[in-house]
Order: sequence, then C-alpha cells, then structure tokens
Amino acid sequence: MRGAWARKGTLVDLYLWAFRVVVILVVIWGTFGTLRAGTYSREHWIDFAVFGLSQGSIYALIALGYTMVYGVLRMINFAHGEVFMSGAYTAYFVADAFGRSGYLNRNPLVSYLAILVVAMLTSTAIALVVERLAYRPLRRAPRLVPLISAIGASFFLQYAFRGLYGSGFKAYPEPEVLKGKWVIAGIGILRSQVIVVVGAALMLLVLYWFVMRTKTGMAMRAVSEDKDAAALMGIDVDRVIVITFALGAAMAGAAGVLYALVFKQVHFFMGFVPGIKAFTAAVLGGIGNVPGAMLGGLFLGLVESVGPALFLDGLGIVAPYQLKDVIAFTMLVMVLIFRPSGILGERLVVKKA
Amino acid sequence: MRRRRFPWFVISALVVGAGFYVALPGFAATVGPVTDSIGVVKIAKGQPVTVAYWMVVAGPDASLGIDTRRGVEIAMEGKGGKLLGHPIKLIGEDTGCNAEGGVTAATKLSANRDIVAAIGSNCSSEAVPGAPILWKAGISTVSPSNTAPKLTAADRGPTFDGYLRTAHNDKVQGRVAAEFAVKVPKVKRAATIHDGSPYAEGLANVFAETLKKLGGTITAQEAVSPTDTDMRPVLTKIAVGKPELVYYPIFISAGGHVTRQAKEVSGLANVKLMGADGMFSPDFMKAAGDAAVGMYHSSPDLSPEALGPKYKDFLDKHQKKYGEKPLAPFHAHGYDAANMIFAAIEKVAMKDASGNTYIGRKALRDALFATKNFKGLTGTLTCDKFGDCADPKIAIYQTESADPAKWDPGKNPKKIYP
Repeated sequence: MRGAWARKGTLVDLYLWAFRVVVILVVIWGTFGTLRAGTYSREHWIDFAVFGLSQGSIYALIALGYTMVYGVLRMINFAHGEVFMSGAYTAYFVADAFGRSGYLNRNPLVSYLAILVVAMLTSTAIALVVERLAYRPLRRAPRLVPLISAIGASFFLQYAFRGLYGSGFKAYPEPEVLKGKWVIAGIGILRSQVIVVVGAALMLLVLYWFVMRTKTGMAMRAVSEDKDAAALMGIDVDRVIVITFALGAAMAGAAGVLYALVFKQVHFFMGFVPGIKAFTAAVLGGIGNVPGAMLGGLFLGLVESVGPALFLDGLGIVAPYQLKDVIAFTMLVMVLIFRPSGILGERLVVKKA
Repeated sequence: MRRRRFPWFVISALVVGAGFYVALPGFAATVGPVTDSIGVVKIAKGQPVTVAYWMVVAGPDASLGIDTRRGVEIAMEGKGGKLLGHPIKLIGEDTGCNAEGGVTAATKLSANRDIVAAIGSNCSSEAVPGAPILWKAGISTVSPSNTAPKLTAADRGPTFDGYLRTAHNDKVQGRVAAEFAVKVPKVKRAATIHDGSPYAEGLANVFAETLKKLGGTITAQEAVSPTDTDMRPVLTKIAVGKPELVYYPIFISAGGHVTRQAKEVSGLANVKLMGADGMFSPDFMKAAGDAAVGMYHSSPDLSPEALGPKYKDFLDKHQKKYGEKPLAPFHAHGYDAANMIFAAIEKVAMKDASGNTYIGRKALRDALFATKNFKGLTGTLTCDKFGDCADPKIAIYQTESADPAKWDPGKNPKKIYP
C-alpha cells in the first residue's frame, strides 16, 4: 500500500493523507481539551455510552436489513426505512388498544410480545409485497433501475401511511413497569433502555445463528457469493431472496417496537432518518457483512452520543449536539478512507462484478 | 485596452439589472383604470378574488397550519364569502415547517398570476427563503405566526418589502418568558435549547439575554436538530451546568422528545421545563405524555380579559364550524391577517364600468403597510415600516393535565402570568 503510494503519489493522495492527519489531530486535541476541562464525571460518560448503545442497537437491527439484501442482491433497499416505519406504526394500534383497556399494565410481557409479533408480521408482509412488485420484475435490469424503484416504493409507502392514518403523529402508551431505572452494577440505567439493548442483542444472536448454522442460512451465504453457481447447485434463488427480505423486515419491525419503547412517537415520516442512519451503519461496518452491520450500528450510536461531548466540547464549539450528524458522517468518511470496505469488510466474497 | 473595458461594462450592466430584478418585482403595467409599478391583477366580473395560504397543513406540525387556516376561513365567512361583489377563493400549499417546504410552496404560488395576496407562512424558517420569492412575483404576504425577530429587523433588505405579520415579534415573547422565570418560579440558572430554526434560535437568544440582564445565569445554550429523537445526550450535557429551568422554544415533535426524556436524565429530575408557542397545542400533549404536566409555555394571551367579547364570538363560530377547540394559539392572528388583507384590497381596488375589478400590487402592498389602528381580534394593529403589525400580548401557561381531550387554553394549560 505504502509502496504504491510512494510510486504514484498524486495530489489527491497527498490531500487524503493531510485530511486524515488533520481529522485525527482535531479529534485528539478536542478529546484532550474535554478531559482536561473535567466538565463531565464518570457517571456522565457512562450515561452517554448507555444512551448511545440503546440508539445504536436500534440502528444495528435496521442495518441488518440493508446489509442482508445487499449481500444477496447487490442492491440498496431504500424502502427499508419505511418497512421499519410500517411495523412500528401498525403495532401502535395494538399498543393503544392494550393501553386503553389497561391490559398493558396488567400483563406487559404478553402485550409486548403481541405488539412485537404484529410489528414483525406487518413489516415482513410489506417488504415481501415491495420485493414482489418493485424489485423482482427488475432482477435482471441494470443496477440503477431497482435503486430508483426502491426510492419510489419508499415514497409510496410514506404517503400511503399518511393517507391511511393521517399526517399527525401518534404516541405509544407507557406501561408502569418500564418507568424508572434499574441499578445494574452500581449504574442506574433506564428500564426501557435495558430492554432495548438486551432485546436487540438477542435478536442479533438469533439471526447470526440462523445465517451461520442453518441450511437456509447456508443457502443465503451461497447466493450472496454467486447467484448463478448457487442456482446450479440446486438452491432456489428466488426463495432465498424472499427469505432474506423477510428476515431483514422482521428485524426492522422489531426495531420499530424497540424504537417506540424508547421514543414513543410514531408518524409516517419516522422511517427516513433512522433508515439513512442505519444505511450509514451498514456501510460503516462493511455492507454485505452481518456482524459488520451490528458493529456499525452500535459504533454509530456511540459516536453520535459520546462524540459531540468528547471531541467538540474541548474545542470550545458552542452547542456541539447540533453537529452530531457531522461527526457521524465524518466517521463514515474516515472509515471509508482508511478501510474502503468498511470495518469488517466483505471478507467472504473477493470477486465482485 | 478595449478588451479590458468590455467585461466591466457587462458586469455593471449585470449589477444594475440584478438591482432592478431585486428592487422591482414584476413589471410596471396599466390595466384598465389602474397603473401600478409592479403589476395589476384583473378580476373579471363574477370571477373570484384569489387569496392563497402557505402553511404547515400536513406532517407532525400540522396543527399550527390548520389552526391559522381555520382563522382565515372564519374571516372569509365573516365577509359572507364575498369581497367587492366577487366571491373569495382560498387556495394553498403545504410548507412542512422547513426552508425547503417554504421555497416549494412560495415558488408554486408565485407562478399563479391570479393570486392577489398571500397569508403565511407558519414557521419562520419557511418565510426566510419563501417571502422574497412571493415578493418577486409581486405578492404581498401577511404571516399569522412567524415570530422570528430577523424577519422584521431593520436590516431585512428590500426582498422582504412585501412581508408583514400579525404575530408578535419574539423580542416580546422571549422577554416576557424570561421575566416570568425570574419573578415567579425565582429561577437564577437556566439553560436553553434551540433547533437551528430562525424562530427557535431567535427566541432562545432573546430569553437568554433578558435573563442575564435580570441577574440570572445561562448555564448552557444548546441546539438539536428538528429530526432528532435521542435528546438524552444533549440533556446530560445540560445537566452538568445544574440549571433550574430549561427553556426550549422548539416544535412539537422534538419538543415532545425533550419533555419526555428530560426527567429521565440524572440531575434534571426536578428541573422546570418551559416551551413556547410553537408547541402550544393538544398535539404536543400527545407527544410529551404525562411528562408535560407542570411545564410552562409562553404563548399569545388568548384569555377573555385580554381579547374581549369579540374573541368569544369567534370561539363559538369555531366550535360550530369545526366541532373542537382551536388547535394552536394563532387562529386569531390568522383571522386578523385575512381581514387586514380584505380591508387593504377594498381600499385600493378599482372597478370599471362593466364590473371588472383591478388591484395594483404595489398599491396593495402600500395599503397593507399603512394599516393603522385596525381593530382586530388580537388587539389594535398598526404596521410599522418593517412589517410588524401585532399588538403583542404574551401570557405564561402551565399544563395541569396532559390529556389532549382536556385541552382548553386558559384553564388547561392554565394561564398563570401576568
């Protein structure tokens, strides 16, 4: 790498190196300034980290859908944010009914399982319809075509939900059990956040096991390596693609419920920003790579939460939290400069069209 | 030598041209009996007088736009739906409470040459790029709910020549909010959060300045973005300064997140929360849930003592027409904006023998700015030369129940100041 650079060191390379050095210096300087100022105590840092992890695990769950679909189809499913929204939005009506009848407080576990199932089923159904109508007919089309189709599907879903349920937002009810904090290892953590982190971790483990240890998972990995060869080996490629979409959508539906646990508000446009962030997370971790998406999600959540206080506060920047997206996307740029294939890269597949 | 002079000529011509383009929207015209420097709208006999709204009528902040639009509709009804013998036609565009939405709506409206005047926008962020686009097409606009100080500041420039508002200037609202915080809950340390919009940033700054002048301390002036959902990190940062009150004059969605999450952050459990008129709505109660109980809002004073019996009549009409209480605090300003426009049109319009009506755009703009001692719902309106027309009355409200069904401004949230 270094040899190659020395041989044809162009102005662009020089610029990129200067950029890396400057960003790293700024980060170190800012961090040093913040720590020396000592504004934040240990508890504050732990709080920042916990908030970041819970937001990050939601990103991770959504990111899985992007990364798995990319893995098998080499396409970015831009309607995935809306798949997330549709699950959370539809499950709201179940949650609201439980909340009104008081069942949510009497039996929170059963109600949340029901809400989760509804959200996952809705998301899956919507993703499958989108796949059948908007993507499958374009399977052999140039790569840009399904991308545009995905953006169209995304708008269609947003405005379909707006038409169905109105343009205002709805708020999930809050069960008594989830109010307040649990003290874990001497640290007070919000109950809803514990549930989100644990729930997301469980889902991720199950998914990982499914992809790595089951026959269908093996088929998915085979399709992602080479669709045509997989078909020759007797794998039903269409079926595998449908399963991939269903799995990703189910994760997005679950993420929707976890999102609603923490943030309560749902509206027709809620999928856009988390969708973009989760896509970023997927690229950050290495698109096409399942553990990469998990790692990328958690990393992005952490950076967004800790970053402004850690890097920018020490530089004397006013109101640093306005710039949290700048930090997140600068991180993305940095990772792509240092490791163009993302943190974990696409190790499995070397030859790509 | 010649080659050098030539570009200078082109450049100066461009500059002069651009100057005309900015200063003189539209084209001088003589239509029928009216000559106007920027254009004339001709309304043929029996055709409607078109007035446009550009408001947030969809999305999470829709309650604001629907509220002001209802004010306009009731004003139209008050006129019997007719102006100078022509029916009044109200058309409109959604603005989305952001700059992009403001540009889109203003561009669409400016293409419609039938529009006599416009009412809007709702969010100041929409007006900043939107109002100049309308004025370039010669359309004057009266905003019922933009409150950012910079929209009517002395340095706002000629592109805002067609812009007026019936809403209060936040120089007033921010001052009242800070005075209340110091006098009533005896706050000495406060923090502010804005969302980068001209409205929130202007209001948060005025609040902070006034509080400092009154001897208080501002522990942090933070910012979030309107689409943020996770406010806990920024609230944790605010908690470090140990404020007694957090003032966040932002909008419903982000404001709901701040309200819900503030009490969950360690160090802010007992902090007082205060918002402003941008989230003074039953929708906000939905967004914030029970966390909103006890919080303060600064908002236009709509109590009967302040507005008198005319407002009571208005509320009765509102209840009859829409079957609910007003959704946000700017319906009365919308009503006044519409009536101000109707009065100005009546003043400058001319008729010819065959019953056609002609309205000069510059004349209409001048008539609007000349509005003086206009008896409106919100008080007696007099426009200054930068377009501030309001007779500002600001009150502080405290929420007692977060149930949107119990929304009844004055009682719940209860007016507690002045």
